[in-house]
Formats: sequence, structure tokens, C-alpha cells
Amino acid sequence: MTEVTSSASPQGASAVTEGLPARFLRATELDVRMLGMVGALAVIWIGFHIVSGGLFLTPRNLWNLSVQSASVAIMSTGMVLVIVTRNIDLSVGSLLGFVGMIMGVTQTEILPQWLGFGHPAIWILALAVGVLLGAAIGALHGYIIAYMSVPSFIVSLGGLLVWRGAAWWVTSGRTVAPLDATFRLMGGGPDGAIGSFWSWVAGIIACIAVLLMLAYSRKQRRKFNFPLRPLWAEGFLALLGCALILGAIAVANSYPWPSAIVRRYAEANNITVPEGGLFIAHGIAIPVLIAVGAGVVMTFLANRTRFGRYVFAIGGNPEAAVLAGINTRWVLLKIFMLMGALAAVAGAISTARLNAATNAMGTLDELLVIAAAVIGGTSLGGGVGTIAGAMMGAVLMQSLASGMILLGVDTPLQNIVVGVVLVIAVWLDTLYRKRVK
Amino acid sequence: MKNTVTAVLAGLSLSLSLSTAALAEGKTIGVSWSNFQEERWKTDEAAIKAQIEADGNTYISADAQSSPAKQLTDVESLIAQGANALIILAQDASAIGPAVENAVAEGIPVVGYDRLIENPDAFYLTFDNKEVGRMQAQAVFEAAPEGNYVFIKGSSADPNADFLFEGQMEVLKEAIDSGKIKNVGEAFTDGWLPANAQRNMEQFLTANNNEVDAVVASNDGTAGGAIAALEAQGLAGSVPVSGQDGDHAALNRIALGTQTVSVWKDARELGKAAAQIANQLAEGTAMDAIEGATKWAEGPNKVEMNAVFLKPVPVTRENLNAVIDAGWVSKDVVCQGVQPGTVDVCG
Repeated sequence: MTEVTSSASPQGASAVTEGLPARFLRATELDVRMLGMVGALAVIWIGFHIVSGGLFLTPRNLWNLSVQSASVAIMSTGMVLVIVTRNIDLSVGSLLGFVGMIMGVTQTEILPQWLGFGHPAIWILALAVGVLLGAAIGALHGYIIAYMSVPSFIVSLGGLLVWRGAAWWVTSGRTVAPLDATFRLMGGGPDGAIGSFWSWVAGIIACIAVLLMLAYSRKQRRKFNFPLRPLWAEGFLALLGCALILGAIAVANSYPWPSAIVRRYAEANNITVPEGGLFIAHGIAIPVLIAVGAGVVMTFLANRTRFGRYVFAIGGNPEAAVLAGINTRWVLLKIFMLMGALAAVAGAISTARLNAATNAMGTLDELLVIAAAVIGGTSLGGGVGTIAGAMMGAVLMQSLASGMILLGVDTPLQNIVVGVVLVIAVWLDTLYRKRVK
Repeated sequence: MKNTVTAVLAGLSLSLSLSTAALAEGKTIGVSWSNFQEERWKTDEAAIKAQIEADGNTYISADAQSSPAKQLTDVESLIAQGANALIILAQDASAIGPAVENAVAEGIPVVGYDRLIENPDAFYLTFDNKEVGRMQAQAVFEAAPEGNYVFIKGSSADPNADFLFEGQMEVLKEAIDSGKIKNVGEAFTDGWLPANAQRNMEQFLTANNNEVDAVVASNDGTAGGAIAALEAQGLAGSVPVSGQDGDHAALNRIALGTQTVSVWKDARELGKAAAQIANQLAEGTAMDAIEGATKWAEGPNKVEMNAVFLKPVPVTRENLNAVIDAGWVSKDVVCQGVQPGTVDVCG
């Protein structure tokens, strides 16, 4: 939220006679940088759609894209806080691999001994073990960084090596598969999506939440005599938010189950498949729901809690934060703990999706996560960054990767393109910031 | 720490073999490993060590921990310890060159183990990777003689990935040329990562509207990724998929019916053969006099070398008992979750 005011108000102050776009932006308080990202994403999507001959903007591909982005998007929400406080975490990919491996072994080798195969509690216990372990490892990193004053670059570089090695150690490099059937729902697939009815329910709830939030914030502003948005702008935002949410739901609901799965489902439930096939929609995938949930919680933490304000205060000026009486060390430790827990959730999603835990899982993911945060407008200089931006960064990078595979571009060239885009994105961001100043 | 362990191990094996050395002439065979990070080399080591000691010789070793630079010093120290023959699993096929030249200059024969060391004075022992590719394509081709094929290749940085693909193409070329088989997508898998294979497969399925009839995957990890993608479309089990390595998870998939074949390279056979060859070379047998040795010059630089190629075994549903009988994997692991009566071995 601090973002919005700082980027919009200087423009308004400098230009006495503003044009229509500027007035529109000031009234709606939309983040210009975020709009830029939306624009870039739109260009990429439409470009791929045209070049691939109409394959990219199909419900199926967009649904795949959302699932493929989920794991990196979840980790990027934590990475924003890490980078905002002028730290870095290079260990998240290895951590994901290690925790994923532990969760795999827990559900296939340890728990079945006590509970028996296919016990309904296995998935939640395995997930709990993973998240607790991730948080504990994150806390350890945070403790070494904050209380023992070892630079985060070094600690997480060490972590990168340690946890990758540890992931190997758990089973001596053996792949653990197949995983628990319920646990696998976290990875998406036809069963791992909530279906069209619940998707609409979720969409409508989200829409109502948007309306309530707008109403609440207007009430608060009036209470403290802050300037109010014009009513038309409020209406526009409400409409836009709801349209985006319901549009996404509609897309997910127009991706039907593949015919082979429909046939199996029909046989199992004694339904005769009518001529032309049965239309059963996927709906929103569970990993995507988890990612959106993580994004909402993290945004709330960052913008609405004391913890969040401390994080940005430390990032803006660490010395001033200490002098202001903030227990910066404790805040840092909590950030890394959060990062560890998020890496564990991402690990659960990746292993569930692959239906296997492998010791190479998450290799190089740390770089994708950092790139996503940075493309999303998080400044490596600290103090600046948004959760939503980072998640969009993750989607943007995944769009490039998936789109190029659709076109049959081979991996070396894909890496080149992604690398170039990363640098250009940050360069444009720098230009924008200079102009705003 | 590692060095002390190695030293202790070396000392231990030295003292062990000293007692038996009285019988044999007591040659010393040095083994330079690239990295013990991968599970399989432990299996190889046990086989090599057992064979060397059975022949009354001494086993000494060093682990380069994935560093080509450390491997150079490792080889030097093995020579200094008095090795009469060397077995080298090269971390980097080109960077190991100077070390091999060094050994050759000292008159110590070198066996390039599993990975090619392109030097006319080195002996090359490996499984035939092109043959692996041929076996993968053959098994898939038998299950799906025509239709749309997807190729999930290995890492573009690994020369073996190209050998495999060449072998696959040898088998399928005729059918591709006659139009019976259509190549609807091929991609390298960065770092052999299953997650990358899964993403590639998802995109191929999207691009072809699920009209994929067969998947030629280059190893079991990438096969696992491809099968996860097929599963999401309800196609797993109806589309044949190949692999290699005999991964436990892959053997389970073969029993379950979602994977067609895993070409299995028995590491213990390779280790045993390496030890036997090294023992013979240490006793002064000429390289071309080794049993089964052929002249081979198909490396990147076309250097003619003496080589032995072991035949891999394609493991399918029909011969799953081969891996179980060999003690590679237990029956419980292979048969986990398999419906009774569907696979012979599982009952």
C-alpha cells in the first residue's frame, strides 16, 4: 500500500493540469508499475497465442500455466520479505528438495508402518512434518543470520549445499514413489481440482471479500479524514476485481476433464456417457488455491500487521529501525522461518505434482524465485517490494518457459530468453523509478 | 574427514589383503571415482572391490567429489601409492586427459570406467549406450507400431543423451520415413530433472490435443515426469513409455503397467568386468588381448581405442523377475499396489 501512494502522489503534485489517464490513475490509485507488468504479461500471452497458432490462450494451457507457476509463486511471496530486508536466500531450492524428500519418506515408509497404507490422516501428518521441518530449518538460518551476524548470502549458500546433500542422504539418492493418494491432490490434475460448483462458490466469496474490503477502507478513510476516492473509481475497482476473479474461474471451468478420465469416472459411477462426451470441468486447481491463499495471507502480513511494517522499516533503513526500538533480529528470524515454511509448502506441491520425491527436486528453483521477486518490482537495495508483484513475476517467467516449449524452442535458447528478459525487466524498473523521483 | 576415512579404508583393505597377498603376486589396483553423491557408484565400488580382492590384489581408491581438479591430484596420489593399474570414472572426459597421460608415461594401464576417456592408450569399458537407446525405442515400437511419438531426451550437456537419441532413431528411422510414425515433439530435459520432463510433456500434450501414442523417454527419472503428465490426462497405462536405470520407482511402474520398459544396466556386472580387466592389464596382458575387446573409434574425436561393451537388459512386465532374482530390488517394492493376478511375479 505504501507503494501506491508514493508512486501516484508525486505525479499528481507536479502536474497541475493533468491529462485524463493521469487523473484516472490518481483517482483509482492503481499501481503504475503493476499496470506495466500486466501489460508485459498481456503482450507475452498474446504474442505466444498468435505465434503458436492459437494454442496459448486456451483454458487448458492457462490452467496448466497456473499449476506450473504455483510452487515458485508461493516461495516468491516469502522471498519478497527476505529481499526487502536487504537479505537473500539461496537455499530455498535445496530446502524444497530436502523437505519434499522427508515428506515423501514420511508418507510412504514411516507412517504406513503405524497407520497402514492409504490411511486418511497420512497426508496431513506428512504435510505437518514438512512444514514444521521447513520452519525449523528456516529458523536456524534466521538465527545464524540475525543473532550470529553471518551474512545471509553465506548462510543460505551453505544451506544450498547442506540441504541438497541432505536430500540425497535421506534415501541415498533413491527416488521415492508413488505417493499417498490424498497427498497427491495438492499437485493438481483432474482429481486435484475443486470442480466447477466449488470454483464458482470460491469466486463469489472472493468477489464479496473485494467489495467488503473496498467498503471498509472507505469507511476507515472517512473516519481519519483521509482523501477519498471518487465513487466512480470505487465502482470501477470493484467491477475490475470481480471481473478478473470471475473471469479466471470461468476459464478454469471451461477446461473439461480429458475423455479417458471421464470414461473411467463414468464407469466407476455407472453413468452412461452421452453422444459427444460428458463435460466435467476441472475448476480451480488445489495448488493454485494454496498459492492464492499464501499470497493473501502474506499480503495481509506485509501490509496490515506490525510485523509487516517492521519488515519494511528495516529494509528502508536498518540503523533507524534499531534506533526506533524494533527488535530487528527477532523480525529477521521470523522472516526466514516463514520462508522455510513456504518452501515446505512449495515442496509439498512439487512432489505431489510429480507423484515422486527425487533428490534433485527444486534444483535452481532459488534463482527462479529470486528472479520472480525482482521482476515483480522488489528492489535488491531493500525497502521496496510487493507480494502480488512477485507472484505475477513468477507467472510471467513460467509463461515464457511454457510458451517456448509449445513453440518447440529448445532449452538452451529458453534459458537465454529468460535471462535477457530478467535483465530488461529490472532495467525498465530502474528507469521508471528514476523518472518518478 | 573424507580423506581420513579413505585413508583408513585404504589401510584396512591393505592389511586385509596383505594376509592373502602371500598367495598371489599382490598387484595394487587404484580406482578414481568422480563422486559418491550418486547412489549407484556405491554398488559399483562393492563389485569392483570384491573382484579385486578375490583375485588376490589390493584395492585403493579416491573420491574426486565432483571436482575435475581434485581428480587430477587423486590420480597422481594413486600412482604414488603404487597402483599397477587404474580404473577411472572421469568427472570430466577432457579434463582427465593429463592425468591419463601421466599414468601412461609411468607404464600404468588405465581403464576408462563407464564414461569415455578419449585416449588411444586407455581402455574403454561401458554399457553400450546406443544399444540402450535402441532397446528403448524397440520396446515402445512393439507396443505402438505407428502414431504420434514424443521424445523426452536427456540433458543437453551429457554426451550420453545424444548416444541414446541416436540409438532410438536407428530403430525408428524407417517407420518415420515411411510416415507411419510422426515425431510430434522432442525436447532436451535440463539437468535430467523429472520436473522439467513433466512440464515438457504437459506442453506436448497441449500442443497435440492429447494425440500422443508413444513416449520415448531417455531414463527412468524423465519417464516418471512424463508419466505424471500423462496421468493428469488419464492416458497413463495406455501410452507406452520407455526408460532406463532400473530405478525402484520405475520397476514398480512397470508392474503397475504405466511404464513399458526400463533398460537395466547391472552396475555389478560392470564393476566386476572392470576389476577383471584391470587385474589382467596389471599382470601385463596387452589391451587388445583382453577377452571381448573390440576396436572402437566412434567417440567425438574418432580416436581408435580398445573397448568392451556390455549388453544391457530391457526389463518389461514379462521379465521383472530378472531384477528380483538378481537381488537388485525386493519383490515388495516392485509389487507395491499391484492388483493380484495382473503380473506373474507379483502373484
